[in-house]
Amino acid sequence: MSRLATAIADLHLAEQELAAAFGAMAQRHSEDHEVFHLSRDLAEWSARHVDELAHLASDRDIALIGADADRADDAPAGVGGRRAVRDRDDPSLRLLDDLRDVHRRAAGVSLDWEVLAQAAQTLRDGELLAACQRAHPDTLRQMRWADAMLKSVAPQVMASG
Amino acid sequence: MASHPRIAHPWGRRTPYGPGEPWPVREDVQLADGLTPDDVDRWVQSAAVLHSNGDGLDIAVKDGRIVGVRGRTVDRVNHGRLGPKDLFGWQANHSPDRLTRPLVRRDGRLVETSWETAMGVVVDRTRELLAEQGPSALGFYTTGQLFLEEYYTLGLIAHGGLGTNHVDGNTRLCTATAAAALKQSFASDGQPGSYADIDHADTIALFGHNMAETQSVTWTRVLDRLAGPNPPRVLCVDPRETPVARAATVHLRPRPGTNVMLMNALLRELIEHDWVDHAYVDAHTVGYDELVQRVADYPVERAAQVCDVPVGDLHEAARLLGTAGRLLSTVLQGFYQSHQATAAAVQVNNVHLLRGMLGRPGCGVLQMNGQPTAQNTREAGADGDLPGFRNWSNDAHVADLARIWNIDPMDIPHYAAPTHLMQIMRYAEQGTIRLLWVTGTNPAVSLPELARVRRILAQERLLLVVQDIFLTETAQLADVVLPAAAWGEKTGTFTNTDRTVHLSEKAVEPPGEARPDLDIFLDYARGLDLRDQDGDPLVKWSDAEGAFEGWKECSRGRPCDYSGLSYDRLRGGSGIQWPCTEDAPDGTERLYADGRFFSAPDYCESYGRDLVTGAPVSPVEYRALNPDGRAVIKAAAYQSAHERPDAELPFQLITGRTIYHFHTRTKTGRAPELQAAAPDVWVEVAAADAAEQGWVEGDLLEVSTPRGSVQARLRVGGIRPGVLFLPFHYGYWDTGGGHAPDGPGRAANELTLTDWDPASKQPIFKTAAARARRVDGDRTAADAGPTRTEEER
Repeated sequence: MSRLATAIADLHLAEQELAAAFGAMAQRHSEDHEVFHLSRDLAEWSARHVDELAHLASDRDIALIGADADRADDAPAGVGGRRAVRDRDDPSLRLLDDLRDVHRRAAGVSLDWEVLAQAAQTLRDGELLAACQRAHPDTLRQMRWADAMLKSVAPQVMASG
Repeated sequence: MASHPRIAHPWGRRTPYGPGEPWPVREDVQLADGLTPDDVDRWVQSAAVLHSNGDGLDIAVKDGRIVGVRGRTVDRVNHGRLGPKDLFGWQANHSPDRLTRPLVRRDGRLVETSWETAMGVVVDRTRELLAEQGPSALGFYTTGQLFLEEYYTLGLIAHGGLGTNHVDGNTRLCTATAAAALKQSFASDGQPGSYADIDHADTIALFGHNMAETQSVTWTRVLDRLAGPNPPRVLCVDPRETPVARAATVHLRPRPGTNVMLMNALLRELIEHDWVDHAYVDAHTVGYDELVQRVADYPVERAAQVCDVPVGDLHEAARLLGTAGRLLSTVLQGFYQSHQATAAAVQVNNVHLLRGMLGRPGCGVLQMNGQPTAQNTREAGADGDLPGFRNWSNDAHVADLARIWNIDPMDIPHYAAPTHLMQIMRYAEQGTIRLLWVTGTNPAVSLPELARVRRILAQERLLLVVQDIFLTETAQLADVVLPAAAWGEKTGTFTNTDRTVHLSEKAVEPPGEARPDLDIFLDYARGLDLRDQDGDPLVKWSDAEGAFEGWKECSRGRPCDYSGLSYDRLRGGSGIQWPCTEDAPDGTERLYADGRFFSAPDYCESYGRDLVTGAPVSPVEYRALNPDGRAVIKAAAYQSAHERPDAELPFQLITGRTIYHFHTRTKTGRAPELQAAAPDVWVEVAAADAAEQGWVEGDLLEVSTPRGSVQARLRVGGIRPGVLFLPFHYGYWDTGGGHAPDGPGRAANELTLTDWDPASKQPIFKTAAARARRVDGDRTAADAGPTRTEEER
């Protein structure tokens, strides 16, 4: 598999996992209504990116890997960093962890789009570049949302615990 | 009781006039039966409080009682006219069931007590919670119906004294989106237009705004233009056939939840036809190119399908907007309480920015308010924002406020956006807000998903304090009830939609031990012994005029500058529009006349938010836009509504208002003429839907959603097929249930969903999926719903 093919396949997988992470967060925090609704809306953005990447891949004969649907949900919250021992049933801390998790995942996806956009420019692949320019701003907005939501709920979680 | 003529004829007689002519005067007077003006002891200056219009009026007093009202012919807002709620609503002041003594809950029941005891409970619990958890345990939920002086004092106590970030007003349900849309486009709250734009406009566009029923006197002004020479063309966007729709040149009835799709298509048409003032756009805005790019995806054919509106009507609507010489647009709940509220309202601002139609006679936007003092809730900081349209994410603004209040900037919470109402309710649900003080509003009827709201408010662990003039549904759930003085029983100022400030003087004494809201707040501050950093009392005033003088200093130099006003200046003549300064002593009719906006990064109230996700724009991103003095054109993609009809829930439910009632009928339900005009809940159904189901007018329907159900009599109306309309006014205080249903539900909000606009945080009341069935064996074949006006008969 060419490096470009690998990059597209990896991003395709990462976007699926990001969508799944948003979906799982919506499920876990259905009583936090803004988190619930926005997570579902933002999951759709990633789902749209997945479709777009599949289209790009099929145009280029790139084989893709299907994501394990449960993988994101099973992944430990706060994946990628050690966390202090905590009450895993504390829904407020769980919300902070989940926001941190989608932010980190989205940051990874953002960098993947960055790499693809650079590749598209050097390879003079206009279709790929246009796809990156459509999708990457969405990813940045997903990150900003997670960051903003974290900022707004963290003070109450911390002050009342 | 025979119906009063102004019930069936709510807009009164026509006084036609032409473009640019002054709106003729018409003096409306209503006195208690048998009285003539000669019987009146005193006329006391005030303004109307049962809507946002700000009609100047005088209160008639005889033998220490309010006996009527008279429109002030000198007032710039109403030129003497009054609406039906103004004419009859004052009678509620004298209702025998006014709250006259404080109440506290003892052994599960509310019992009368002294002020000292009641306030002692609140002060002691506040101290306990501050010691245990800190200010995050305290929440304040106020209204759009107190006075400016009261909001400013409440904001000072809550933000500056206690340091809680949990302060909001019921303006969140009402016109939070107006404020948000103005902040997005113009970087600060503040209404660009003036009611007088109606006198000059050649095209008036009403977006989700049934002005005829919500601001009836201003609609009278439109009707008078329509009856005169060279009348304006009217565009109405509303799924219902409202009085506005019947007067419209073009009426669009979009599917609920599709406003952004509709607006994007209209904007695309403006751009396609080059109905754009490029010189204005170039000189006074940023963001045009992004809008062009965004709306390219929204051809009218697509909008016609998604909104279910004929393509020809969309073309015609765009042509009205595009060819207007003087365009006035107004926006209200059809946009604010619907899906993508802020995004849709901002697109109306964009129409005006593209067309360069702001700040000139006839060229204005009115992002409407719904309540008489909503503007003050926003500007004085009782909706959580910092007073004087200061920017919570600008440290210099916080420091400036701390200087005025003589406290440490760290004492003013500004680490995140103020906690909005729906989040306050969530924190109360989770048990981290443990004292909630509700003033002059009735969340147990007006919030979405009432079963949940009642559950939250009734929790043992929450100390619920309710300050009101009647034992509302919410007050019945309270632990402490504080009886307040009503309009006419206290002095203060308030500001209407078009920035007109009125003084409302005390006309009569409040009943029993009821006290002005201001005095109650001052008592609380004294009880807590709140101090500034020099050890002096934090609140420096002891009466309304003192509070007003304090507010003037706080507002000085800010967009809502009151420094040129005084109680004396507001006495005798007309209301005066802010900004009112030494340089503009008579006030300012229109903002942005010079195309300069309040958007300089160091001055603006807000850096804006992402219209879809609601994430605040950072100061760095905002500066990068380079908006210094320019308006911001913000584009938004359409997203489909979160709850859509399906086979199980085939209808779309929207809620709304009638001209005869205000909010949860706390006052209007106690004014006999108004109560008789619309005595009970009804459900409006399209004729086609009724025919298909075999329903007729007067049938009892049960309307249900996953949240609950309501029974209401069927009124056949011109609403778009597939949509049901329920008025939200009807609760339980005048039923056997008291605060909750004791049988079938009656309050529309039993049905609504908990969801809000991410940018304005305004709950969505107009996109729920519902089903309806006829309740068997109950068929009256009678008229249902409110009195039909003469034009409807």
